[in-house]
Amino acid sequence: MTKGFEILDHTADIGIIAYGTDIEQLFSNAAVALFSLITEVENVDEKLHFNLRVRSQDRDSLLVEWLNELIYLFDAKHVLVRRCDIEDLAHNELKATCHGEAFDPMRHKIKRGIKAATYHMLKLDRDDGGYRAQVILDI
Amino acid sequence: MARWQGQLIRVDDYRWKIPKDYKTGMRVPGLIYASERMLESMREEQTPEQVANVAFLPGILGYSLAMPDIHWGYGFPIGGVAATNIKDGVVSPGGVGYDINCGVRLLRTDLSEAEVRPRIHELVDELFLNVPSGLGSEGKIKINQKEMDRLVVEGARWAVRRGLGSEEDLDVTEEQGCLTGADPRKISDRAIKRGAFQAGTLGSGNHFLEVQVVKEVFDSHIADALGIADTGQVLVLIHTGSRGFGHQVCTDHLRVMEQAVSKYGINLPDRQLACAPIESPEGQDYLAAMACAANYAWANRQCIAHWVRESFARIFGKSPDKLGMRQVYDVAHNIAKIEEHIIDGRKVKVCVHRKGATRSFPAGHKDIPECYREVGQPVLVPGDMGRRSFIAVGTEKAMSDSFGSTCHGAGRVLSRGAAKRSVKGADVMRQLENRGIIVKTGSIFDLAEEASQAYKDVTEIIDVVHQAGISRKIAMAVPVGVIKG
Repeated sequence: MTKGFEILDHTADIGIIAYGTDIEQLFSNAAVALFSLITEVENVDEKLHFNLRVRSQDRDSLLVEWLNELIYLFDAKHVLVRRCDIEDLAHNELKATCHGEAFDPMRHKIKRGIKAATYHMLKLDRDDGGYRAQVILDI
Repeated sequence: MARWQGQLIRVDDYRWKIPKDYKTGMRVPGLIYASERMLESMREEQTPEQVANVAFLPGILGYSLAMPDIHWGYGFPIGGVAATNIKDGVVSPGGVGYDINCGVRLLRTDLSEAEVRPRIHELVDELFLNVPSGLGSEGKIKINQKEMDRLVVEGARWAVRRGLGSEEDLDVTEEQGCLTGADPRKISDRAIKRGAFQAGTLGSGNHFLEVQVVKEVFDSHIADALGIADTGQVLVLIHTGSRGFGHQVCTDHLRVMEQAVSKYGINLPDRQLACAPIESPEGQDYLAAMACAANYAWANRQCIAHWVRESFARIFGKSPDKLGMRQVYDVAHNIAKIEEHIIDGRKVKVCVHRKGATRSFPAGHKDIPECYREVGQPVLVPGDMGRRSFIAVGTEKAMSDSFGSTCHGAGRVLSRGAAKRSVKGADVMRQLENRGIIVKTGSIFDLAEEASQAYKDVTEIIDVVHQAGISRKIAMAVPVGVIKG
């Protein structure tokens, strides 16, 4: 799989399309897609390493909850994420280790704030040889 | 996206109906307020489909309504109004939106354009310094958990108690700046964490603070009652909401509603419309949490209004009172309210969802302040950054036709990406400066997203609601100075 994600243009909001050869990679790419909308991810160093655990009612909503967890992380704790390893992903629960650093206004340009990941037009399907998901974000 | 092919039946020049049989599951027809020329872009954007989807909500009464500034949202269209019966109807967080009580506050002044123009650079700089804005902006107010609990229960009064504003401000704020039923126990720790340091901040995105000049008065008698004497008078418009606090409240309760949908066996065409019966624990919890976020937003605008007054006082060397800086009004345009409406000749208690729509109560209504009882509730309709904003008042026709609601703004036509591809932030700033509008922003990158070309012309919108009779236009103002987050 060459591309990890694409950005989807939506009149009032913005969306991400994430790909993955497996579901873990898709979740990991979705996280990078999210932070690429917030900042220039290449300028984020991997200084902090922390574990996250997210639960939801099914796999599709797990993706929304996962992104909402990361949005909260940035908005409330000012942490930027460069990369995530999805370690365990069951039907409605995941464990991940995220790598990133605290937001530093001198080095990080913030492109936009994101209010939330929505369930609107949410899709998570098999796509030739892998997975593809679409999530609309409210910005 | 494919063009929407459904049927739109002309009711009159400004109303178009989506028949109830368009889609199985619709409980009422859809009704869109628009001029004929607006319909094509609505079809291209698929927004009528969303209007039809909202008609699935259990207990929805009358019509699933759409204002002329409607655009594609998540679940609910932005510019949508849905009233549900409180006895057997539902409440839907998506019908309010993430930015709970996003709204607008208008201040008037005795200053004229001639007095302000020569000092506009200084004034805009002072406002930018005094009103925290932009992403990650932290407020000047530091609040602990206990204080947050008070803030979300008291709303704008919380700020007034701290000396930021006066009792008179509360009189001219929708709900006196405090929605009853707010219960801090229904708020997550996460919402508190996101909200505690953002109180008293403008935020980013489409939120702004504008110094405006009145350009046209359409009804001088009513304008006078609102404190608007003539063209050339300087006004200040504040547009912001409940910040990360409200976003988290919506996120938290949508999660609960997702489960409630299957629990109560509700059939919906879009997951984002998730809802629960108003009388259910899930519904009541959401309304109590939403009231907290609404109150947070009113406290937020109250703080900002105070710092605006301080900034003017510093630049013009006179107290805000001497400058005549009274508040005209403050309206919410993302909210759900329990109100009484007459349906088929009977008084019914309903939950009116206004997502990108403004309350438009007529003269004589008990819920509007004494000082406006004779003219109607002020309706504040901001346009986009470079163009114009309108001041209108509510009407009887809004009560009979649109659950006391009207439009809220310009409405996007270009996606943020498309706006950025068509124009650069720096060019937008230069173009505005050439037209005498001074802009100060923390992020020039974002400026292109808010360029005029990205929005419908608010004049067309206001003309539709005026002609349809659901609000009455009173005055128009143009910006001379803009602070954008």
